[in-house]
Amino acid sequence: MPLRPSRALKNESETMIVIRYFASIREAIGTDVEHLPFTAAASTVGAVLDLCRMQSERHTAALASNKPIRAALNQTLVSLEVAVQDGDEIAFFPPVTGG
Amino acid sequence: MDPAHYSSSPERIEVRVQAEAFQPGQELDRWCALSVGAGAVASFVGLVRDLNLGDAVSALHLEHYPGMTEKTLRGMCDQACDRWQLSSLAVIHRFGDLLPSEPIVMVMASSAHRADAFSACEFMMDFLKTQAPFWKREQTATGPRWVEERASDTEAAARWGAPT
Repeated sequence: MPLRPSRALKNESETMIVIRYFASIREAIGTDVEHLPFTAAASTVGAVLDLCRMQSERHTAALASNKPIRAALNQTLVSLEVAVQDGDEIAFFPPVTGG
Repeated sequence: MDPAHYSSSPERIEVRVQAEAFQPGQELDRWCALSVGAGAVASFVGLVRDLNLGDAVSALHLEHYPGMTEKTLRGMCDQACDRWQLSSLAVIHRFGDLLPSEPIVMVMASSAHRADAFSACEFMMDFLKTQAPFWKREQTATGPRWVEERASDTEAAARWGAPT
């Protein structure tokens, strides 16, 4: 199992996970942050991505599996099989293009 | 010499992520003044392009992930300091709205050895391009568009080994 980055601060709502979207994905979905209940269905970053895809048609299109999507858990790049815990912050975004 | 054998702790790491413009000359003067005794300072400055994929670019908007950006850049500085003998290392990166030819990123590495200073600058830029959460949105004559990743950037980062 890959190492799990821990969050710096605990979120106030301990039964939720925070989802952030950036760049073209944020634009296509129309929001930059969402809160999802932390359930057994949100066990890994990949499982959370699947849950996000089901939120709306815009989500389904923006997060389509044929698109290059990168994920961060508690502000560290991770692979989709990393485990998620209550209160975690997960972000989905396209490949980065800084510098 | 194997750079991996160095384990010196740097005197100084500076990470700045800012909307404000910066002046590379001033920054380099400041860093040289702070690097007395280092022997070498290598620097790299990245400028906003006025042309990309054959289209004129009139402006650039740079989105980032506040918090993760700083954490990622700091982690890269720590990795560079583990790999090479550096006395100090700085990275400055802008976000928000920029115009062509404006400085967008600057890396400065101080070391007793010029090879270490050069390598650290290259490493920082290669990793920054593929790991730091920034996204460019270009303004062109046909409207705005998100910049896509380049295979050459991924290849450049791969030569340093897998990120840790």
